[in-house]
Amino acid sequence: MNVIEASGLGKRYGSTWALRECTLAVPPGHVAALVGPNGAGKSTLLNLAVGLAAPTTGAVTVLGGLPPGSPAALDGVAFVAQDTPLYKNLSAADLLHLTRNLNRRFDQRYAQSRLGELGIPEKRKAGQLSGGQQAQLALTLALARRPQLLVLDEPMAMLDPLARHDFMATVMTAMADDGVSVVLSSHVLTELERVADYLVLLSQGRVQVAGQVDDLLASHRMLTGPAAGADTYADRPVVHVRRGEAQAHLLVRATADDPVPPGWEAHPVSLEELTLAYLREPGASALPGPVRGRPAPRESGQPSEVTR
Amino acid sequence: MTALTTPARPKHDAGLQPVPWRRMAWVTWRQHRATLAGVAALLGVLAVYLWLTGLQIHHAYATSCHPASSLACNINFTGRYAVSVNVARVLLQAVPALIGAFAGAPLLAREMETGTFRFAWTQGFGRWRWTLAKLMLLAVVVAAAAGAFSVLFSWYLSPFSAAGYSIPFATDVFDLREVAFTGWTLAAFAIGALAGMLIRRVVPAIAATLAVYAGLALATALWLRQHYMTPLLTTKLSLPASAWIVNQWYTKGGKFAFGARGSQIINAIQHYSCNSSNLSPAQCLTQHGYTWWASYQPGSRFWPFQWIEGGWLLALSVLLIAATVWLVRHRAA
Repeated sequence: MNVIEASGLGKRYGSTWALRECTLAVPPGHVAALVGPNGAGKSTLLNLAVGLAAPTTGAVTVLGGLPPGSPAALDGVAFVAQDTPLYKNLSAADLLHLTRNLNRRFDQRYAQSRLGELGIPEKRKAGQLSGGQQAQLALTLALARRPQLLVLDEPMAMLDPLARHDFMATVMTAMADDGVSVVLSSHVLTELERVADYLVLLSQGRVQVAGQVDDLLASHRMLTGPAAGADTYADRPVVHVRRGEAQAHLLVRATADDPVPPGWEAHPVSLEELTLAYLREPGASALPGPVRGRPAPRESGQPSEVTR
Repeated sequence: MTALTTPARPKHDAGLQPVPWRRMAWVTWRQHRATLAGVAALLGVLAVYLWLTGLQIHHAYATSCHPASSLACNINFTGRYAVSVNVARVLLQAVPALIGAFAGAPLLAREMETGTFRFAWTQGFGRWRWTLAKLMLLAVVVAAAAGAFSVLFSWYLSPFSAAGYSIPFATDVFDLREVAFTGWTLAAFAIGALAGMLIRRVVPAIAATLAVYAGLALATALWLRQHYMTPLLTTKLSLPASAWIVNQWYTKGGKFAFGARGSQIINAIQHYSCNSSNLSPAQCLTQHGYTWWASYQPGSRFWPFQWIEGGWLLALSVLLIAATVWLVRHRAA
């Protein structure tokens, strides 16, 4: 059962494609990060997945084949939209009551104890809470619904570092306690390194990279060697080349067991390095299944795979 | 991070009970109680005004207007309260428009404008059910309040009708009476809701609601209402005052001579010196061989007309609400 599955998914607003040919399968039990530059189609993909928008082409399903927006999908998917829109004139207590009325399940005890821990006064109106508190309140409302899938659209964009940390701590606790799968979009890469164990990289409306973070990190190496040799290196597929005066850094698809050419040094990559490298090379891709984009010579070993 | 303790959850659609409709009662009340309080305050203030002046009017009529043609009635009743009634009529004409603009239009436009629809429409209740429940609840409340209010207005107006000063079909009164007023308020609310969903911004939606409502009310009063039922024809000059004359013209020798307005009738009146006689132009021209014709709606058709107007406004409102719900369901956000 994939929590989100898309095939050939496309969305066009007017004459602009916000998302196209998106084929994707996010397995359950992960914190999946949806990463990409602004305008890459992250929000569009999430809006399609929660049923707020309808696809122009292709199809998307959630929680093992449910159409987004169907009663069962609404029941199992909780969504916190960008900028966490809440009814600003309602108190926190009223928002709990409202959400309880609008859903089949609502864990009032959990919600109230969360607000207590966060120090959010129940009588205070949502509009008078700080940005971090509003985000936490929106997250609490979503988690108290006891969803199977939690979808967060840029949840941390407006938060300061401390609030970001607290926010993600809440998400991770819910994941550990409750087994909720999480899909979140973000362009804050450093935050993701700590929490995401599945990466989907969107660029210009297309999926560029998708896979488990561990697999992605294990299948990429940073090679450092003479700048002159950068162009002739062809042992493994090169994702991105960064040249210094004397040295070049090559992000290549290679495992720790792959041989390193003489004169070169291999280092493991961080998620941030890997993400940035792909973002700088919109033509490169690391996808489960056939690889598109630049010709990938001598493809051996799957760069990543999807649990189905 | 693997989920070992996934709580038992219902599988897919099988046996999935929808969230009960009644839950929307609290949601609607909590979110729109300020709007409802505004409607109540508007109608309440006007009702108190109608009640207080209405008591005076009824008292003046009862003490001075037997008969209604007496000088006492003319001075103490008509002369004294005609202005009050005109003020009340103008104020009340604005009530449905205000309800449409300030209760109907922001209903969805504000959700779209502030982005809260992303919250509301992803809850388990479901977006089209959420919309339908809200619109129906508020529509019923608003229509009921308007209906009750119009009963008070009819009571307020009754001495004037009895004294013959206000004919039931008068354009500025007909749509303030019970059934029509309820219908107009409901329609204005539904126009506002649809405009809000189409335009998605509060202030333009309010403006559009006012414009559409005014256009529809004007078109109905000027062109539509007279066609609800086929008018009756008469040549009798003594039509009761309650009749609504839709059209009148003159014939001579079985042929159309001229209409009730225009240069031809002026020429005829001058030719026969009708303007210097004590007779009305119609009486005078009749004496000179013309036949006066009138197509009219008799006063007895007042209630059928009220129900026809209320009926099509109700149908229109249902259609507009259905269109709004359809848009919410199908239009990509």
